[in-house]
Amino acid sequence: MSAVLPTRRRPLQPRRIALWVLIIALTAVFAMPLLYMLSTAFKTPAESVSPDFRIWPQEPTLGAFRQILGDDSVPVLRWVGNSLLVAVAHSALTVTLAVLAAYALARMEFRGRRLMMGAILATMFVPAVVMLIPHFLIVNSLGWLNSYAALIIPGAAGAFGVFFLRQFFAGIPRELEEAAIVDGCTQWSTFARIMLPLARPAIATLVVLSFLSSWNDYLWPVYVLFSGDMQTLPSGLRLLQAENTTRYDVMMAGAVIASVPVLALYVAAQRWIIEGVSTSGIKG
Amino acid sequence: MSSAAPSLSPPRRDSPVAAGGARRHLRSGSPVTPYLFLGPFLILFTVFVLAPILVLAWSSTRQWILGFDSGGFVGWANYASLLSGEGVLSEEFWRGMRVTAIFTVLSVPLLVTIPFALALLLNLRFRGRTVFRALYFAPYVLGVAVVGVLWHFLLDAQVGPVNHLLGALGLPDSIAWTTSLPAAWVSLVGVTVWWTVGFNAVIYLAALQEVPAELYEAARVDGAGAWRRLWTVTIPHMHRVLQFVVVITIIASANMYGQSALITNEQPGGATRTAIGYIAQTGMQSYDIGMASAMSMALALCLILASLLVNQLFRFVGKV
Repeated sequence: MSAVLPTRRRPLQPRRIALWVLIIALTAVFAMPLLYMLSTAFKTPAESVSPDFRIWPQEPTLGAFRQILGDDSVPVLRWVGNSLLVAVAHSALTVTLAVLAAYALARMEFRGRRLMMGAILATMFVPAVVMLIPHFLIVNSLGWLNSYAALIIPGAAGAFGVFFLRQFFAGIPRELEEAAIVDGCTQWSTFARIMLPLARPAIATLVVLSFLSSWNDYLWPVYVLFSGDMQTLPSGLRLLQAENTTRYDVMMAGAVIASVPVLALYVAAQRWIIEGVSTSGIKG
Repeated sequence: MSSAAPSLSPPRRDSPVAAGGARRHLRSGSPVTPYLFLGPFLILFTVFVLAPILVLAWSSTRQWILGFDSGGFVGWANYASLLSGEGVLSEEFWRGMRVTAIFTVLSVPLLVTIPFALALLLNLRFRGRTVFRALYFAPYVLGVAVVGVLWHFLLDAQVGPVNHLLGALGLPDSIAWTTSLPAAWVSLVGVTVWWTVGFNAVIYLAALQEVPAELYEAARVDGAGAWRRLWTVTIPHMHRVLQFVVVITIIASANMYGQSALITNEQPGGATRTAIGYIAQTGMQSYDIGMASAMSMALALCLILASLLVNQLFRFVGKV
């Protein structure tokens, strides 16, 4: 029907101009603070606090980065490693558990399925603050304080991932599975060879979203990590800020180091991140 | 969420004749297989999701300082002492609750409406639309720590570029954005909007793209201007998504911690320390598990009530 409608006339010119003025203004609002962070990281201490608003540093220097990398009390590279290790392990664990559980809940018949589904869904409405103190108690009694396990494991069995993937598996036609079984596939090989490859986009989205949430987590690592060399980047930035209250060039260098890995991931996986967020709204 | 109808429908059995053979195969797979698939998830789910709910209910009825006090049962005493409004813990907790409430009330309207306007903009046709969408979303992926450290610098009263820019424009240039009230509220809310506007906008945008184009054409034929089309076509179609965004934004705002820890350092004098910040400090720094648990229950209860209220409001508006 819509194909036969006449193509819409282009809007009037002044409107077009107003639109672009708005878009450019918004771009400045979002990009300028980030550019300023980047440029300050390459300024001298004096220039970093000077009142001239300069995006390109007068005398670009690596001084701030050298200062950070030479200071053993703020082992930033170690924090980068910790953050990477924790976020990769956390998202791998989250997604593995969620894929297996979601597949069983979407495609298998067994006793207690409705009950389990109900229990998992119900916990989606429990506010996160409920978990905070109990997680601390459980992690403490397992002897996991100040360890990677405290960051990787407690948040890995959330309802969201199961819910998200179950919707996806439920949408795949049953005939595909039935054909595979007729062809002699076992339940496991049907899952591994037919269903998993089909679910790749949904899995990629969940991997990226759980990586980001682990990478950016702030409150929890602040309280469960004690030693300087165990910090993740977010909790480490707090130490860096406390140690360099007046050295904004150093703080910005730390912020830049913490941003580069996620921004790189964002550029590479932008589609999945944005699609993951959009679908969470449609399904919610 | 759903009406009564689905529960009355018969159990699903698609074409038993055609699929019968395959079905029997599916079932003849070992009966333990589903539990093997579910097992790993269920173990962690039980320990880290179900058990904590019970643990919290239990620990909130103990007098329990981790490492010192064995944790004797005190019934409702923790709740009573919280509600009494007397004593440091109770006073500071309610101060934190007030901070959380103020922040939520100030930020939620902006975080619901500004992203909506941004999504309408991004739903127009123009060159490079997806690039700008990605750009406006970018601050969100940085996480609260980077955003907090960055804005702590940008908003610094003496050396921060925000005041320098204001000065260059002839405006007041010595506002203590991070250490005085009410400027600190402007900072916390403003930075949060800057940080998360893209998140809600992307959710709205997906919903906007689901509105059938024919409806706009029909409204246009009926002579409805852009503003009328927004109110008669767009917004009614966004009802569910608006409700979703309002609820998740309230929950996110009520969980605010990093911004006040890093941008304002909970200044001035703890006046921007949120409820969750105080709960974390009480439980995981002072190790007062009993009181921190009771505080968690109180905050969780407020959040559940707020979500229910929002859902009721939307139901009411939907009927009008």
